[in-house]
Amino acid sequence: MGTFQIDFGESRKSKIVGIDLGTTNSLVAYLDLTGPKIVEDAEGRKIVPSVVSLAENGRLVAGETARELLLTKPERSIYSVKRLMGRGVGDVQDELKLFPFRITSEGDAAIQLKLGERTFTPPEISAAILKQLKDNAEAALGAPVSEAVITVPAYFNDAQRQATKDAGRLAGLDVLRLVNEPTAASLAYGLDKRQDGVIAVYDFGGGTFDISILRLHEGIFEVLATNGDTHLGGDDIDNLLLRIALEEAEIPQDSEGVQRLRRAVIKAKEELSFAPDTKIELTYAGKTYQRALSRELLERLIAPIVERTLEPCRACLADAKLTPEQIDEVVMVGGSTRIPLVRAAVERLFKAKPHTELNPDEVVALGAAVQAGILAGDVEDKLLLDVTPLSLGIETMGGVVSKLIHRNSTIPASATESFTTAVDGQRNVLIHVLQGERELVKDCRSLARFDLKDIQPMPAGFARIEVRFLIDANGILNVTARDSRTGKEQTVEVKPSYGLTEEQVEGMIRESLENAEADMNERQVREARVEADNILAAIAKAQRNDAWQALSAGERNEIETAQRALLAVYHQPDHHAINASIEELNRVTMDLAENMMNTAVRGALKGTKIE
Amino acid sequence: MPILSRNFFQFFGLEQKLCVDAETLQKRFYELSRQWHPDRFSRKSASEQAEALDATSILNDGYRTLRNPVKRAEYLLKEEGFPIGEQRSKDVPPELLEEVFELNMMLEELRGGDDEARGQLEKARGNFAGLQSDVDGQLESLFAKYDAAAPESDTAKQALQEIRGLLNRRRYIDNLLRDVDRAL
Repeated sequence: MGTFQIDFGESRKSKIVGIDLGTTNSLVAYLDLTGPKIVEDAEGRKIVPSVVSLAENGRLVAGETARELLLTKPERSIYSVKRLMGRGVGDVQDELKLFPFRITSEGDAAIQLKLGERTFTPPEISAAILKQLKDNAEAALGAPVSEAVITVPAYFNDAQRQATKDAGRLAGLDVLRLVNEPTAASLAYGLDKRQDGVIAVYDFGGGTFDISILRLHEGIFEVLATNGDTHLGGDDIDNLLLRIALEEAEIPQDSEGVQRLRRAVIKAKEELSFAPDTKIELTYAGKTYQRALSRELLERLIAPIVERTLEPCRACLADAKLTPEQIDEVVMVGGSTRIPLVRAAVERLFKAKPHTELNPDEVVALGAAVQAGILAGDVEDKLLLDVTPLSLGIETMGGVVSKLIHRNSTIPASATESFTTAVDGQRNVLIHVLQGERELVKDCRSLARFDLKDIQPMPAGFARIEVRFLIDANGILNVTARDSRTGKEQTVEVKPSYGLTEEQVEGMIRESLENAEADMNERQVREARVEADNILAAIAKAQRNDAWQALSAGERNEIETAQRALLAVYHQPDHHAINASIEELNRVTMDLAENMMNTAVRGALKGTKIE
Repeated sequence: MPILSRNFFQFFGLEQKLCVDAETLQKRFYELSRQWHPDRFSRKSASEQAEALDATSILNDGYRTLRNPVKRAEYLLKEEGFPIGEQRSKDVPPELLEEVFELNMMLEELRGGDDEARGQLEKARGNFAGLQSDVDGQLESLFAKYDAAAPESDTAKQALQEIRGLLNRRRYIDNLLRDVDRAL
C-alpha cells in the first residue's frame, strides 16, 4: 500500500465521535462550534438500525440494508445483539425463547452466533454496526475517524463493558471512553444552566432500562446513584404483542412471516403513542391478518412491564438518600418513553413533569458527542463524575463474597487487599473476582479469575502480595499486584469468565485488518477499472476522429496493442497491472491526444466570432 | 510530595483533624476533580494519564472516606497507628452482654413463629438505636477533644484510644440493628 499515507499530524486533529450503540437503533454524533450534531447518511437518515446481516459476498452489512435482509434472509440476519454482549450461553436461555438467535456454542463457552454458513461472536456483530456508523461519520466529516466515545447502559457490568470496548477495537475505533447512557443524556440536556439541582434520568430504551440520579453543580455532573435492568425494554413490549399476533394470525409462521408480523406490531405500538386506536395489519403469502388495537388495551397489557421500571427507581432514590420531592427535574430518554403510560408513571413517581423536549432517540448520541468534546479539550466547563453500578468483591472461604468496592462509588475507584499463601512453597494464588450485591458467590456475577504467578517459594503465610483493584473511568476493572517485601510487580494472568480473552480479540483484529486490506484492494481495483473505462472510451471515440487517420500505421498498431493489453488485465483483481496498462496506453496515445486537441482548438477558433 | 504517597487529608489539603466541614470537603472534591479527572488527560502522554487515574482514584476513595465521620475516624486511627482490627461478632462488649442475650432470645422466638416477640423486638430495637446515638454523641465530643489537643500529646493519644473503643462498640450495635431489621 505504498500510495496510501497517513498524516499523523492531521489525524491528531480529527474529530472524536460520540456513538449511541443501541439495542434497536444506533446513532453517531460529533460536536462542532454550534453544538452536538447527529450524522446523517447519504439518504439523510440519522438512525442506523442495529441489525446485521451476512451478505451473499460473505461480508457483514449493517443498518437499513440489513433491516431489509432481516425480512427476506432472516437466517442470515440478527437484531438486538446487544442483549448478548458480555454474557454466557447459560445466561441467555430466556432470551432464546423470544429472539431468533442461533447460538452454536454450549455451556460456559463464549457465545457464537450462526449467520448463514458462518459464526460470529456478539462483539463482531456489534463491530459491524460500529463500522457502518464510522463510515457514515467519515463520509459526513470528509475525514477519517479513528476515536470514539461509546455509550453503554449504566447498569452494564464489567463483562458487558469489556465486550463493547472489544467491538470498538474490532471496528477500528480507539474507544477513548465508555459513558453511561443516562449520564450522556444529562449532558445533552444542558440542565447545568441552572445553578444547582438534582435531576433524575429515566432511560427506557429498546432492550435496557436505567435510572440515574445526578447532582449538578457549576458544570459538574455528579452521579449520586444508578440502578436498572439490562434486560428490560421496548423489545419486551414487542414480544408481548407478537405473542398475541402469532396466536391469532393465520399467516404462515415461517421466519419471514414472523419478522413481518413483528414489524407490523411495532408499527401499531408506535402509532398508539399518538392515537387512541390503531390496527395491526399484515398481508403475507396471500393471507391477511388484521386486528384492532386500542391504547387502552395496550396499556393494560404493558402495565406490568412499566411497573418493573419503577422498582429500580425507588431503589435508586434510596441509595441517593433522597425522596421523590427532592428531585428537581426528570429527563426522559429512549424510544419507549414516548409511550403515554410510561410518562404518566414517571410523573406520578417523581411528582414532576418530565422533560421530553429533546428527541428521546437522539439525546444519548448528542450527549456522547459532548463527552467527546470534553475529552478533546473543546468543552472545558463540564465534567462528568460517574459511579460503578455494581459492587465488586472477591470470593472468600465458604463461597462468600467479600465486598471491596461498593456500588455507587464514584469512579475511578480502588481497593487494595493483601494476599498470602496457604501451603509451603506455593507459587500461585488464584483470586476470583465477582460483581453483584448478594452475599454468596453463586448469586453474584463471576467477572474473572486473576492468577498471581511466580510467587517466590516461601513457608506458608509468609508471602505478602498486595493486589490493587481499580475500576477506571470506563467502569472496567484493572488488577495489578506487587510483592510488598520486594516491591516487585507481580505477574497477573486474567481469565475472563465470559467474553473474549485478549488473544481472541487480537486474533480478530488481525483478521479484520486482513479484511480491511482486501477491502482496500477491491476499492483500488474498482477505481482503476473506472479509469480504464474512461480511457478506453476516449480512444474508441478518437478512432472515429480524423486525427486517427493522420497517425502512421506503426503508431496505430502500437496503440491497438496497448489497448488489447489493458483489456487483458481489466478483469484481473490487480490494480497495479491495470494501472500499468493505463500508463502505457496513456504514453502511446500522447501524440494522438495532441493532434486531436489541435484539431479541436482549430475547430473551436473557426466557429468563434469576435463581436 | 508525590501524589501517590499523600494520605487522604494531605491530598485534600486538610489538617489531619477528626472534624471536617462537609461544605469545604465537597468544594475541594470538585476542584480536585476538575484538576485530575482522566477526562482532562485524554490527549496527554500515557504516563500522565496513568498519574491522573491514580490521583483520581485516591481523590474518590478519599472523598468517600472523609465525608463519613465513622470511616474518617477509622482512617485517622489507622494513620496514627491505632488500627481497629477485625471486630468479630462474637466479641460482645461486656456492658451489653445482658441486653444482647435477651435480644437474641427474642430473635429466636420471632423466627420460631412467635409474633408476640415482634413488639418486644421493636422496643429493643428502639433501645439499641438510642445506644447508637449516645455513642455518636460521645464520639462527637471526643473528636473535638482530639482536634483541640496538641498532636502526639498524651491527651490526643488518650482520645484516640477512647474513640477506638467507641467505634468497636458502634460497629457491634450496627450489626445487631441490621440483624433485627432483617428479622422484622
